[in-house]
Amino acid sequence: MNRSEEDELKYTEDMICNNFSNYSAWHNRSLLLSNLLKRKVEGFVSKEKVLPDEYEFVHQAIFTDPDDQSGWFYHLWLLDQTVRVDSPQLVSSWPTPGSDLILLGDRCLDGCASSPFTRFYLDSRTFPLVLYFNQSVEGVNSSTITVDSELNTNKDLVWKPLSSCNSKAAQVWVTQLNLPDGNTHSSKVFPVEVSLGHSQGIISSSGFHYSNPFCFAFRVSLQLVETQPVEGLGKEIISWRDESFHNYNAHSQDSSPISSLYQLSIKNDNELTDFEWRAATIAKEIDHFRELLSLINCKIGKLTLARLLMAHDAMTCPPANKFSHSEEVLELYNDLMRLDPMHVQYYKDQHSLVLLQQVTSSWESLLSRCFHYSNSPSNRGSPMCLQLKNLSLSRLGSFDKLLWVQMLDLSHNELRSIEGLEALQLLSCLNLSNNILGSFTALEPIRQLKSLRALNISYNEIGAHSIDTTKYLCSSPLSHSVGSEWNHGQTVIDDDIKSYWEAYFILKGLNLTQFDIVGNAIVNEKFKSFLIKVLPGLKWLDGEQLH
Amino acid sequence: MTGNESESELPVPPYPPIEPTAFDLIVIGTGLPESVISAAASASGKSVLHLDPNPFYGSHFSSLSIADLTHFLNSHSTPSSVCPDPLYSDVEISNYAPRLLSQHPRNFNLDVSGPRVLFCADHAVDLMLKSGASHYLEFKSIDATFMLDADAKLCSVPDSRAAIFKDKSLGLMEKNQLMRFFKLVQGHLSLDESKENNLRISEEDLDSPFADFLTKMKLPSKIKSIVLYAIGMADYDQEVSEYVLKTRDGINQLALYNSSIGRFQNALGALIYPIYGQGELPQGFCRRAAVKGCLYVLRMPVISLLTDQNSGSYKGVRLASGQDIFSHKLVLDPSFTVPGSLASSHQQLQESFQAFSLSDNKGKVARGICITRSSLKPDLSNFLVIFPPRSLFPEQVTSIRVLQLGGNLAVCPLGMFVLYFSALCDEVNQGKKLLHAALSALEKLLVTGTAGNSSTAQSEDMEEAKPTLLWSALYIQDLSLGQFGSIISTPTPDGNLNYNDLLDATEKLYWKLYPNEELFPETTSPENSEDDAGLTLES
Repeated sequence: MNRSEEDELKYTEDMICNNFSNYSAWHNRSLLLSNLLKRKVEGFVSKEKVLPDEYEFVHQAIFTDPDDQSGWFYHLWLLDQTVRVDSPQLVSSWPTPGSDLILLGDRCLDGCASSPFTRFYLDSRTFPLVLYFNQSVEGVNSSTITVDSELNTNKDLVWKPLSSCNSKAAQVWVTQLNLPDGNTHSSKVFPVEVSLGHSQGIISSSGFHYSNPFCFAFRVSLQLVETQPVEGLGKEIISWRDESFHNYNAHSQDSSPISSLYQLSIKNDNELTDFEWRAATIAKEIDHFRELLSLINCKIGKLTLARLLMAHDAMTCPPANKFSHSEEVLELYNDLMRLDPMHVQYYKDQHSLVLLQQVTSSWESLLSRCFHYSNSPSNRGSPMCLQLKNLSLSRLGSFDKLLWVQMLDLSHNELRSIEGLEALQLLSCLNLSNNILGSFTALEPIRQLKSLRALNISYNEIGAHSIDTTKYLCSSPLSHSVGSEWNHGQTVIDDDIKSYWEAYFILKGLNLTQFDIVGNAIVNEKFKSFLIKVLPGLKWLDGEQLH
Repeated sequence: MTGNESESELPVPPYPPIEPTAFDLIVIGTGLPESVISAAASASGKSVLHLDPNPFYGSHFSSLSIADLTHFLNSHSTPSSVCPDPLYSDVEISNYAPRLLSQHPRNFNLDVSGPRVLFCADHAVDLMLKSGASHYLEFKSIDATFMLDADAKLCSVPDSRAAIFKDKSLGLMEKNQLMRFFKLVQGHLSLDESKENNLRISEEDLDSPFADFLTKMKLPSKIKSIVLYAIGMADYDQEVSEYVLKTRDGINQLALYNSSIGRFQNALGALIYPIYGQGELPQGFCRRAAVKGCLYVLRMPVISLLTDQNSGSYKGVRLASGQDIFSHKLVLDPSFTVPGSLASSHQQLQESFQAFSLSDNKGKVARGICITRSSLKPDLSNFLVIFPPRSLFPEQVTSIRVLQLGGNLAVCPLGMFVLYFSALCDEVNQGKKLLHAALSALEKLLVTGTAGNSSTAQSEDMEEAKPTLLWSALYIQDLSLGQFGSIISTPTPDGNLNYNDLLDATEKLYWKLYPNEELFPETTSPENSEDDAGLTLES
């Protein structure tokens, strides 16, 4: 019984040599190696020394019999070991480093001089600061993150994790910065400096500390022009029709609101050599699997190649040739959807994610999907809308590149869920019409979008499915998990809550002025009157003005 | 059944008389085909007298001591009054370590018809299980197969999924190609008349040469020759010779290989070998025959045939003891010739009997045996080695198969190894050339093979000059198929590794002999039913 892990590792090798279709042996091997690597046992100190032999070993199984799954699972584990960076990294932020942010007061508009991407409509006296990590982390608070600015002089910032369940860990963290009270004169510029990693405390779910001290700065200025009370959001109905949108001609002064902090933050020499090994390994794997696929038509081989190519693109530096493989990967997923209809939903999801990565890979490609919103074509100082409609998206991703988005059109896709959308803290107008959202619970991320004013979920499938499989994710009056949330307000609309508790749970904290829900099975007169009660600020429901 | 008695002189009179004097069947010679026939006939209730002029069981299929083998080969290679047309020729026996070998006079069991192995799923195994002969035998696995590659190195033969996985010499793509080929064959064999016809190999391909089919499957040349010679066991050069293996036969051979792997739990690969040598097989069948009432008399030559004076047909035999024994049928060892029939016998019978001897010569097989003190592979003792055509010299048209066995099979003392090798040939000189080339190739491999651990050997016995090769025997054996007339002649040992063809021929002879009898009908006797599910395999 008292076998050392090295002995056990050898035993798995023997068992695999007897019959390499031994899934348990491969799986146990991955556990043993994980442990040995974690404990840095002699001979297992660096992945660079250990993993190449493991690749060699599993290749024998995969190439001998690609139809056997055991080896592929182990390969997937190896790939994960190769790609995974243990310590958490900051991937992106809003505001972006070095940006000049212009906050526009409530009733103002004079954007001619500035780029619409750094202009932000303000309707309270706060604006969010968002940090986006590469993995779920805990311990983001005022002691681990230092924010240096005139904007919040004497009080500690409260950082909030953006996650769907009430967990203490999240990939995205947000805090609110307050604008100074009173009529500060408009040309005042506030520099803000954010630094993290100088003290320990930010920790990943697997127990690794954020270890790259990193610092960035941006500047905020305030414009309060009290004239021209035109089309600030919420004053007029938003129309999502095509004629409301106009091509945007990029101005030379437009600075990209996307920049990858991840690239900036890897400066550590140690990590760099490690990084080279990882990239070389992935490149070698790509060659192997291209060769295999030249001989045989193999579904899991194609899937692996697609994963390898994406891993390669995510790693290669300099970023000049980034996403050079995305077309090939999209083609692979298209192929897989044809070859393997059993798992079409998974491939569709992956296809969506890759497509979004491709769209967000460069500022140019993003700009081509950006449109001015305005009801009257002459007006140029209008909000900017990112249009991601008609892309057959079934899943959303690449949020780290989209933190700046205020108006988003995701209509005419195949979305069942909008998981991750909570990261877009600036979002004020969201169009999800003509998707296949099946219930209100699928909309949970919007609970966290405090700036949301206009929401369109028309022509979905809400109420069409009697069984909501995502129900367990959110609290209900029948479960005691989040009981406290239900205490207040319950008496006011007690009856309707019972019938529409999901809708109530999602919508109650929102300050929507416009809501479109026509074309869903749930809609009837009773529901509409319930909505009006739940959303007291509502001005337009399905295009009709309310009183 | 004490067969291997060293005394090899003709029996000493007086012979005890045999009772009764009439039998359904007389069988002369205790080689494997004769033993199978006598066991089968006995099992189906015939009265059988089984005679052998030798003092041991097995005839040309026996396993003998060095002295007995030497005597046996010599006495069957010199034309004499007893044997005008001997089975063996060009016997060359060399003893490099007479003193060492004389210390182990009883420890060798050398196969006369080597190299021989059994495939776990082959005909011989089925017959042993069916007849119950398997009760008297124990087997061990042959650990591996190697093939001489283009660089004159031994490369392992990946013959199964696990072997392909473990193989270090094949590239990843080669592994993939070979495994896909195996799967194609498995697919072809498994769904006989299934719906998915695309997995079947077409009739056209089945009739084409196997080598062409392998080329069509895009197998690289190295894998091709592994499949042809080390798994398909093709005898002749498939690129040039007229003896081309058809795809159908190649696939059948792969099927035998494939079904052999994993048939018995203890068997590592496809091949097994009987402990104490191949001579145990005929003995096992003889024991079965004896259990069923067959009467055995060894050291008993037959001096003439008795014929019916009117019809001239076979009536019986006259033994060296002078006793006349009568039977309806007679089965003869192929090398057996009756020295001049009784003076008064019919000339007619004499002629028809002549036609039985080696007239249907279908070629020769060159055989060699070596006793060595080191293994070809330092860490393995029992394995097969293939020298494919043209691997030793350009004119080599037949494949040479080598079987190395170690002391753990009880064929030689521990620490020594016996190497058998054989190749088909058309005539004696070609055969000798093959044998000498094989022998020198083996000697080279022994030298390079032991180079790695020479230091340990040196320190252990401090006898560096000790030769690795201790003893060798090279000989050429004539081949003949069985013959059926009023007397049945059984086939000689063939050039194959296993007994499949030989036993097929034997079965046919048996059906001609007793057209209405099944060969070893299923019995319900309690002694068989307990454990005839498997072989005794030592791991």
